[in-house]
Amino acid sequence: MRPSIVKAQPADVLKDASMIKQKEMMANHYNRLTSAHETGAKVASTFVPGNLNELIMCFDLVNNLPEVNAIQSGLRKQSGAYIMEAERAGHSEDVCTYVKSDIGMMMKGNIGPNGKKLPDPDVLLLSYTGCFTFLKWFELLREQYKCPTIFLQTPYMADGKVTPNMIQYMVKQLKEDVIPTLEKVSGVKFDIDRLREYLAKSAKAEDDLVYILQSGKNKPSPIDAYFGGIYYIGPIFGAFRGTDDAIDYYRFLREEVDQRIAAGLGPVTPDGPMGEEKYRLVVEGPPNYTHFRQFWKMFYDEGAIVVASSYTKVGGTYDYGFRHDPDRPLETLAEYCLGVYTNRSLPMRIDMLCDYINEYEADGLLINSIKSCNSFSAGQLLIMREVEKRTGKPAAFIETDLVDPRYFSAANVKNRLESYFQMIEQKRSSAGAAA
Amino acid sequence: MKTFVGIDLGSTTTKAVLMDEDENILGRGITNSRSNYDTACRVAQQEAAVDARFTLFRREFGAEDGSAKEVQEFLAGLERAFRLEQFLEQLDDLEETCIRQVRGERFEKNADGVKAALGEVFSRLRTEAPAMFAPGASRKSDFFRDIAGSRYLNLAEDVAREAGLPYDLLLNVYDKSIIAVENRPPKGELSDKFHRALERVTEQGIGLDGEMEKPVKRALGIELEETYLVGTGYGRVTLPFSKEHIRSEILCHGLGAHMMYPETRTVLDIGGQDTKGIQVDAQGIVENFQMNDRCAAGCGRYLGYIADEMNMGLHELGPMAMKSEKPARINSTCTVFAGAELRDRLALGEKREDILAGLHRAIILRAISIISRSGGVSDQFTFTGGVAKNEAAVRELKKLVLENYGEVTINIDPDSIYTGALGGAEFARRAAFGRMEGVDA
Repeated sequence: MRPSIVKAQPADVLKDASMIKQKEMMANHYNRLTSAHETGAKVASTFVPGNLNELIMCFDLVNNLPEVNAIQSGLRKQSGAYIMEAERAGHSEDVCTYVKSDIGMMMKGNIGPNGKKLPDPDVLLLSYTGCFTFLKWFELLREQYKCPTIFLQTPYMADGKVTPNMIQYMVKQLKEDVIPTLEKVSGVKFDIDRLREYLAKSAKAEDDLVYILQSGKNKPSPIDAYFGGIYYIGPIFGAFRGTDDAIDYYRFLREEVDQRIAAGLGPVTPDGPMGEEKYRLVVEGPPNYTHFRQFWKMFYDEGAIVVASSYTKVGGTYDYGFRHDPDRPLETLAEYCLGVYTNRSLPMRIDMLCDYINEYEADGLLINSIKSCNSFSAGQLLIMREVEKRTGKPAAFIETDLVDPRYFSAANVKNRLESYFQMIEQKRSSAGAAA
Repeated sequence: MKTFVGIDLGSTTTKAVLMDEDENILGRGITNSRSNYDTACRVAQQEAAVDARFTLFRREFGAEDGSAKEVQEFLAGLERAFRLEQFLEQLDDLEETCIRQVRGERFEKNADGVKAALGEVFSRLRTEAPAMFAPGASRKSDFFRDIAGSRYLNLAEDVAREAGLPYDLLLNVYDKSIIAVENRPPKGELSDKFHRALERVTEQGIGLDGEMEKPVKRALGIELEETYLVGTGYGRVTLPFSKEHIRSEILCHGLGAHMMYPETRTVLDIGGQDTKGIQVDAQGIVENFQMNDRCAAGCGRYLGYIADEMNMGLHELGPMAMKSEKPARINSTCTVFAGAELRDRLALGEKREDILAGLHRAIILRAISIISRSGGVSDQFTFTGGVAKNEAAVRELKKLVLENYGEVTINIDPDSIYTGALGGAEFARRAAFGRMEGVDA
């Protein structure tokens, strides 16, 4: 029998320890960033997939992630105006909306989420090339900031595996180009032992992250691995991997998850504890950020919970065993960049989604296809068909956008989701009737 | 008698289907959705109940197969008489409402004159009403607003002239009243209207021997108990239905198409603002679906807009497009662009039928793309929704299905507009028997 859901008491302070911690971490980080010029700190802009935070920290650089800034603008309902600004400046309607939000924000004074101006970067570190738009994005930023740009080429995992050649190729780039340039920009000499120390810390937090993400296998799942997952991946995908803060955050979070498992509780939603778990889903694709809460509500109102998602792997596929390894510091950075979800071939993505459906005992696959992200969206219908075929579980397809509010049609999305949930229900009772 | 109701609240029309315990359709009802789903729902349901009565009459006469000519004539007469009674009842409502509008500064000088004029207009409307419902009379619409509206305007013009009153005063009260009247279902009891209609028919001498009356009265005595109701369609969330009474239109269309054609595996539904491609299994359970989102380009409303642009009736578009021998190549299904393209091409001297044929093809091309994303076309293929009534759209669909998927049986039911409501009624029937999710045990 499934334990009944108990409403959390307001006095249940521990429940929020991880969220409070994360909020503080983010606020401190943005304050560090926006005061960089006063403190004399130098800034490196980089991306989430292939984020080399440990290496960046070795040069005392502050990590600035334009993608995360765009997400913040989306969540704060500012991205729409930024995108229009970028379009006025000549950027096409079809371009990645992260890029346009970032560029629009820059044009409107580059004000960060803390209300203060974000600093100009001192270096642009492009360490993941699986998304072609990233290249163009940094090309635009280079034009704007006239700062050194590092281009670490990450080979695409077209054949489904990492070869020694790929690693050598990347390590060579790290040694000959990335590290020397970062030394030059920062004025700090590279210390490999410092890197090892950070990497060891990363691995520790990664263990807890994997534990948390895999807790979705419980019934009911104590986490929502997509909407809640966005919060859970924040620190490790962003500027905190390799820090004590991240270790603390994931320890807190793990304790909270353990408490919920012990009490037989589902995830906590913005409207309080989740009700009965009716549908267990695997979700492919990024979420929509401009209507994040409304979107999430469409799931939890219906008792739908995401037990595993591919989006929470764009900053590393840790649940497949990868950990940052202090004994092979440069090689491990290369492997990390190679292994991120979006660098995986279509067959690898299909395998992963099928594994999730089976291992997390999900009812089906939902694809949220992003209008302005070809890198994610190309091939998604084929992925869907194949996953349906292999797992025998129903799949559905919805379309929204990352941070462009014009491409979120709430009534349509809700209509499709409800249809999908009812379809699952119908299939279930059909299977029950046949049995 | 237990009945099960399915209501499909579409963006353009609202449909209701009433079903009995044995899965037989008792009645169908349709009305325009207006901007008021609540009324639309009640009106459609009432219309289905009226239709159901006629099914019951036919059953009483044992004439469901339509063999007895006399009975058919009698029932046709009864239906006309019933519609007339319904029309007269709504006229009364409209008159009362109009009279209530005669107030305020504007009518200060000639309130009595306007009221008298209204009395005259409605008296003339009542006098000519029976002719409108006479055998063989054709009405351009079945909706009260359309029938009453055009006649009122004509008669009011004459009466105003004769009475020396400004016509716009009569127009003004009508405009203020018609929406209110339309937004409430006729208030009288259905059985009263049936009884009055029966008297009227008897007076006219249809069903001479008086024997016809008995079965009708017997059928009228059968109580239609609403055992379970399921709502679906775009407007479903606006209704005060609880969650168990709501099904997604995807599921309802899938099941409805399966009930009409059990061999159906692919369903295409083109409605007012949705195009849906649905794959169903042998039990009518949805396997996969795709629908347009973010944009309703190429849906039924597109044709409505084109009809307006061309100053034609919606139902005239298909026949005109069928005359085309050289369809224009139109790629845009954006409704606004289509208007511009239409004017452009007309200005260039292209034929209306060729442009229309091109527009129909553009719609179907988009529908085919949605179907292919849902998994393609499998045998049998059922086409439903308002657009399935358009012969030019059907022609293009058949062509494109053949080109892309080869020989496939294509089903189009004349009542395909009721597919969603039919699925809803069947879900209601199954739910009442404890099969909540509507799957045969």
